[in-house]
Amino acid sequence: MSADTSTMDATERTRALLTTAEPRRRRTDRIMAGLIWFAFLLAMVPLVSLLWTVLFTGAGRISIDFLSYSMRGIFGGDPSGGIYHAVTGTLIITGCATLISVPIGVLVAIYLVEYGRGPLARAVTFFVDVMTGIPSIVAGLFAVALFTIFFGPGARFGLIGAVALSVLMIPVVVRSCEEMLKLVPNELREAAYALGVPKWLTIVRVVLRTAVAGLTTSVLLAVARVIGETAPLLVAVGVTDSINFDPSEGRMMTLPVFIYRQYSQGLATCRPDQANCVADIALQNAWGAALTLIVIVMLLNVAGRLVNRWFAPKTR
Amino acid sequence: MTTTDSPPAPVAPVRRRRSSGDTERGFSRTFRWIATGAGALILATLAAVALFLIVRAWPAMTAGSAELADAVPRYPDDTSFIAYVGPLVFGTLLAAVLALLMATPVAMGIALFISHYAPRRLAQVLGYLVDLLAAIPSVVYGLWGVAVLAPFVAPIWTWLNEWFGWFPLFAGTVSPTARTLATVSVVLAVMILPIITAVSREVFLQTPKLHEEAALALGATRWEMVRTAVLPFGRSGVISAAMLGLGRALGETMAVLMILSPGFLYSFKVLQAAQQQTIAAYIALDFPEASGLAVNALIATGLALFVITLAVNMAARAIVARRKEFSGAN
Repeated sequence: MSADTSTMDATERTRALLTTAEPRRRRTDRIMAGLIWFAFLLAMVPLVSLLWTVLFTGAGRISIDFLSYSMRGIFGGDPSGGIYHAVTGTLIITGCATLISVPIGVLVAIYLVEYGRGPLARAVTFFVDVMTGIPSIVAGLFAVALFTIFFGPGARFGLIGAVALSVLMIPVVVRSCEEMLKLVPNELREAAYALGVPKWLTIVRVVLRTAVAGLTTSVLLAVARVIGETAPLLVAVGVTDSINFDPSEGRMMTLPVFIYRQYSQGLATCRPDQANCVADIALQNAWGAALTLIVIVMLLNVAGRLVNRWFAPKTR
Repeated sequence: MTTTDSPPAPVAPVRRRRSSGDTERGFSRTFRWIATGAGALILATLAAVALFLIVRAWPAMTAGSAELADAVPRYPDDTSFIAYVGPLVFGTLLAAVLALLMATPVAMGIALFISHYAPRRLAQVLGYLVDLLAAIPSVVYGLWGVAVLAPFVAPIWTWLNEWFGWFPLFAGTVSPTARTLATVSVVLAVMILPIITAVSREVFLQTPKLHEEAALALGATRWEMVRTAVLPFGRSGVISAAMLGLGRALGETMAVLMILSPGFLYSFKVLQAAQQQTIAAYIALDFPEASGLAVNALIATGLALFVITLAVNMAARAIVARRKEFSGAN
């Protein structure tokens, strides 16, 4: 009994010693915890502020007309223009970039996971990482430099932009697809080999089939990443006010470039007797297009995460 | 290896597929060549980027200064090509380094928050939120920077200039619209937060659990545990994360183009308008209207940017790769 209480006392005393002996250390701990929470909240400020601003400034401009008209023949403060040409341009160019990047990206990922050994594989891994850091404008310049050799100076069409975006997109696709292929359990491959299935068929029918949800997610996130690229398209595709469905000929408008062009137009001059003129229509257009672009990007992100959650194979 | 204080981990059986070697038949061989070819294509692409930029930049780099002054808008008379690119390189580096100085401490805080401080269940969701910052297109950051951030920071810049005007960075006349390099670097800092956070978070999460528990068992508070176990372990990871962020900030175009009022000086006055310009914004501004030798000159400045970012990124990746081999985590 008495031994018990003395142990209790000792425990209490030790605890008291440990918790109160050095208030300075405890204070430092509290301060650092506070600073670390503050750092996180600080990063949320621009995110919330930006989304809030885009949503509330852009929502006023969104309408069926805005989404279904182009800017052809729209001058000054005329508010009847729209972003249809930019939306289609963005979808076409990004679609072409995806068609180029996905086969190459997935094949490189297969190479790295299934075959990759030796110096070539190490070099590819390293330079894929390095490629993720290529500035987007340099990718645009590269595409222009490549195509002007064949088509002469002044060549501007959608495919040039698609090539520029592919340079940016391929490393992203490779990186994330590689992670997804690594998740496929080795037992599945071994089971296929044991049944006498050749390696390429194992990869196509077993490995890719198992990882298809992850691969889809990777592709969607990579598309979301490049769909907002502005600088390479500004350099490589140029601008237009009209609808153009043909990526192999003529300039094309894209949403990010549209935002930039409208923003740099500034205020229009309206005469007082002029009907149907809004002075800051260009800025309104820019914000409306920004909202559309952010909605597209967020939809791609959400779709990517949902695909992964719903269709991921149950491994256990 | 005298500093190793944990027993060497037993060598885990590495699961590795053996190549089928000579038994490879039929389409398997072709498929292997296709995959290997795709891998080689990556190297070829990077080489092609460098090659085409050099080929197209060459005429500008070899042309005389008089010729360049005729063809290129805003080309100062009687200067060599180096003197023309110099201020642009300076502006690019200044903006990126300032952004890095602002972003790194915050990003480390966020990474620690997600790896060691946030409630475990929330951590993943909060990680998504930070990644969301990376999903926002740069042109939207530009719009936001002009419309929201610039008016917000203008009084802060005025205050800084009033009280710390003796410091070279804050000297000069403050621009009332705040469309200066200081505002640009704040936006760049926000834009590079996600990548620095993501890489440092991965490294912090890899800290050996035993080190952390040992620190706690010795009576360390949570911060002391972080300081003695997590930070030393993650140091090289954080350095390479910061360099990756630097690479991003160097190449960022639209935010700079839309916010900055440009100049072409070697000037540290980041609160004053019309002082600096970055390479990427300069190209985006002039390229659509350029023709002839001006195009070559712009591609040559792009080549300079490519070389700088390539060097920074390769250094960062080399640090990460070396760390993977030598760290005790695996």
